[in-house]
Amino acid sequence: MPVEAHALELRGITKRFGPVVANDRVDFDLKRGEVHALLGENGAGKSTLMSILYGLYRPDEGEIRVDGEPVAVGSPAQAIELGIGMVHQHFMLVPVMTVTENIVLGSEPRRGALLDVREGARRVRELSDRYGLAVDPDALIEDVTVGSQQRAEILRALYREARVLVLDEPTAVLTAQETEELFQVLRALRDDGVAIVFISHKLGEVLEIADRVTVLRRGRRIDTVPTEGATEQSLARLMVGREVLLRVEKPEFKPAGPVLEVEDLHVRDDRDLEAVDGLSLTVRAGEIVAIAGVDGNGQQELVDAIAGLRTPESGRIAVDGREVGGAGVRRTSDAGVAHIPEDRQLRGLVLDFTLGENLALREYRSPQLSKRGWLSIGRMNSRARSLLTEYDVRGGDAATLASSLSGGNQQKVCVAREIAFNPRLLIAHQPTRGLDVGAIEFVHRRLVAERDNGRGILLVSLESDEVRSLADRILVIYEGKIVAEFSPDATEEELGVAMTGGGAGQTAV
Amino acid sequence: MRTPDQPDSAPTGGALAGEEYPAGEGARTPAARLAAYIRGGGIVVPLLTAVLAFLIAGLVMLFTGHDPFGTYKAIFEGTGLQWLFPWVTGDDRTTAALNLQQTLILTTPLILTGLAVAFAFRAGLFNIGGQGQYIVGSVVAVWVGSSFAGMPAFLHVVLAIVAACLAGAAWAGIAGLLKATVGAHEVISTIMLNYIAIWVGVWLFSLGGPLQNDRDPSLPVSNDIVEGAKLPVFWGDPVLQGLHIGIFIALAAVVVFWLILNRSTTGYEVRAVGLNPEAARYSGMSVGRNYVLVMALCGLFAGLAGALDILGWQFRLATNDIQIGLLGFTGIAVALLGRSTASGTVAAAVLFGALLSGTSQRNLDPSIFEPELATNLTYIIQGLVVLLVSADVLVLSLLRRGRGLLLGRRRPVPAQAEETSS
Repeated sequence: MPVEAHALELRGITKRFGPVVANDRVDFDLKRGEVHALLGENGAGKSTLMSILYGLYRPDEGEIRVDGEPVAVGSPAQAIELGIGMVHQHFMLVPVMTVTENIVLGSEPRRGALLDVREGARRVRELSDRYGLAVDPDALIEDVTVGSQQRAEILRALYREARVLVLDEPTAVLTAQETEELFQVLRALRDDGVAIVFISHKLGEVLEIADRVTVLRRGRRIDTVPTEGATEQSLARLMVGREVLLRVEKPEFKPAGPVLEVEDLHVRDDRDLEAVDGLSLTVRAGEIVAIAGVDGNGQQELVDAIAGLRTPESGRIAVDGREVGGAGVRRTSDAGVAHIPEDRQLRGLVLDFTLGENLALREYRSPQLSKRGWLSIGRMNSRARSLLTEYDVRGGDAATLASSLSGGNQQKVCVAREIAFNPRLLIAHQPTRGLDVGAIEFVHRRLVAERDNGRGILLVSLESDEVRSLADRILVIYEGKIVAEFSPDATEEELGVAMTGGGAGQTAV
Repeated sequence: MRTPDQPDSAPTGGALAGEEYPAGEGARTPAARLAAYIRGGGIVVPLLTAVLAFLIAGLVMLFTGHDPFGTYKAIFEGTGLQWLFPWVTGDDRTTAALNLQQTLILTTPLILTGLAVAFAFRAGLFNIGGQGQYIVGSVVAVWVGSSFAGMPAFLHVVLAIVAACLAGAAWAGIAGLLKATVGAHEVISTIMLNYIAIWVGVWLFSLGGPLQNDRDPSLPVSNDIVEGAKLPVFWGDPVLQGLHIGIFIALAAVVVFWLILNRSTTGYEVRAVGLNPEAARYSGMSVGRNYVLVMALCGLFAGLAGALDILGWQFRLATNDIQIGLLGFTGIAVALLGRSTASGTVAAAVLFGALLSGTSQRNLDPSIFEPELATNLTYIIQGLVVLLVSADVLVLSLLRRGRGLLLGRRRPVPAQAEETSS
């Protein structure tokens, strides 16, 4: 029996950006009917490799073969012609157009000079039935969930008859439920002979969905292994190049007096609905208090109110006994509240500012950095240099733009800035979202270290693993109220029940 | 700058790569895009934009039966820029000096109206109201300059300038305030404020208007400003409209613009708000306060432009001047071509000042180009610049294609940005 040609082969791909080697003689192959995960830390070269495959970059060396034939992929249009489809991490959809219109965009079915909407919708429905990709073809993209938008992206690739599907960190934007649905779709596609590249740095997901894993580190292919027999620990070691602590080492906590006191807090959201509904909590110096809950149960509004971004309707917020509710960000921050926001690119950083400028965002008005309204650029940069060294930020100096750093390093910059101003209370909202294991480990260690330095830490997270491994006390938020309190040895199930509103009042508080 | 530790970071660094892989571009503000654009194109793209504009305008001339080379030569001679060449002597040099004075007189307000747009750009705002702010400044300057006859000269000039600046600032501040309080888009409100400024200005000096001149009730024009309120002329004959010291005031304003933007905490806030208002808010900056402040500073620059024109060479204001003036609008093209930087704005202002003066009917030989068409040529070029700057992607991709060819690649990089962003 002849050996079947690989659906896709990348041979010895090398790509340089100036002095930086983003891909160094990388080999990668993909069989039909296989999910092949591409695993690596942020900045390991995964996206570059896939951009080369999709015709966005031209490799300096190396060869791409599709079905055994060497091909040149000069543009995404050529990639599509070769049957390669890509679902980007950031969706490329037109929000004001319907699902169908988005899917057929660029290869519209025509009747004469007119767009044949009905034919388009029919084919979309056919594809979505075949693979269980539930979407409403006539809904506007802006009205459907993120999961549906992603399904529309996948449908668009399938509509163009893709036989190789590249998914760039597809689960980063999905809820656990949506992730499970996506995996069902991917299995259906695989069974139908589609070859799938699954880019991720989430070890659990890779083990669950992939058949084989190729691990990249610093632009080089480290190994390709079957997922059977692999463990999270073994993959993490390949990825980072050393043993990684997937659990945080944490000495016994020694809480002191209260740093943050919230009493009977009521906060309305942007739609004027009661998002935080009579919530009370206390964070003491030297402890990590985690708020666990399903997204959208008032976490955002609670954090906004404590950080001074949103004026509470009623209730008391006090830091070290000083009332700060509704005082605004500046006075709240002067009272000693630091805030690592949920979205580092949208809220945590000015991406087009240099690292020096970004690191000064909290303290640019302090006498250390400015005098009578004039900045001291020299001191701003020298302070930045010492922070970048202390927090091991790689990939740039004080004059580098924040946008050119990888996600993990961007987050380190946010963390550095918020801790550097020596706060009493540190709010960490989803501090490890989208980070790879190495960066997660760094952020976790730092949070524990700051706890031991006597700061109060309020961790808001949707990841129950993170909550259980970091927190000294876990508070479960449900519909704007704290419904239960757990110690960190609570089980996933106990937390899950409380997070969905069940079992309130039964748990030991 | 970058180390091999973070290979993936490289492609997202500059604007060129960002275009190829436009992750998260949607969240970026106009100012952020502009910032990326400045880094991506450097000085080459604005130069290319200008050259392309001249080229297309040349084609327009060619197709309408004129000689582009002869016309451009005549325009260049009309600007007086050949004064800078040491080999131009005698009568030619005298004429050139006179022409160059005119060019610089026009450059002065263009620098300032350019700054008025550029400063707003840096804060993520579009100030289309430079014209209105300029008019408000001129009206106040002509009123102060023609009143208080007995005042010491220096004080009178200072008073007129300060009053005009404050008036321009207050006028533009309205748009900032509307944006900060009720969220009214500054493009709409500044355009509306332009109309109010124009028609209130016309009413003030028209027949029977409250500020019409005292001598001839048949003329819709203001009183002349008094001798003591005029800016000193330092080059050329004051009677023949020599160059007044306003150019130095404008250049000083450029330095102030640069210092505020790059060295003050205010400018730091302005840039942060412009590049990412959310991050600015999360850092405790008041976005609304910055909007008001930025617009007020823009109005101050434009108001200063109006004052310098009145005190430097116009000395009076006719309803006609108010209606047909375009210096405030040209400021938009200046800021766009100058990439909203201090030095770029000066360079672009000189270019447009030279164009305006080179194509003025006084300078151009009717045998080469009909005078009435000459000024239109300026507006064609100006329009092309705005158009080409808007089509920045086009110029950048042309540039990239060219660079690919220069480096000896076999195939030019195709313009692939559309594909990924569609």
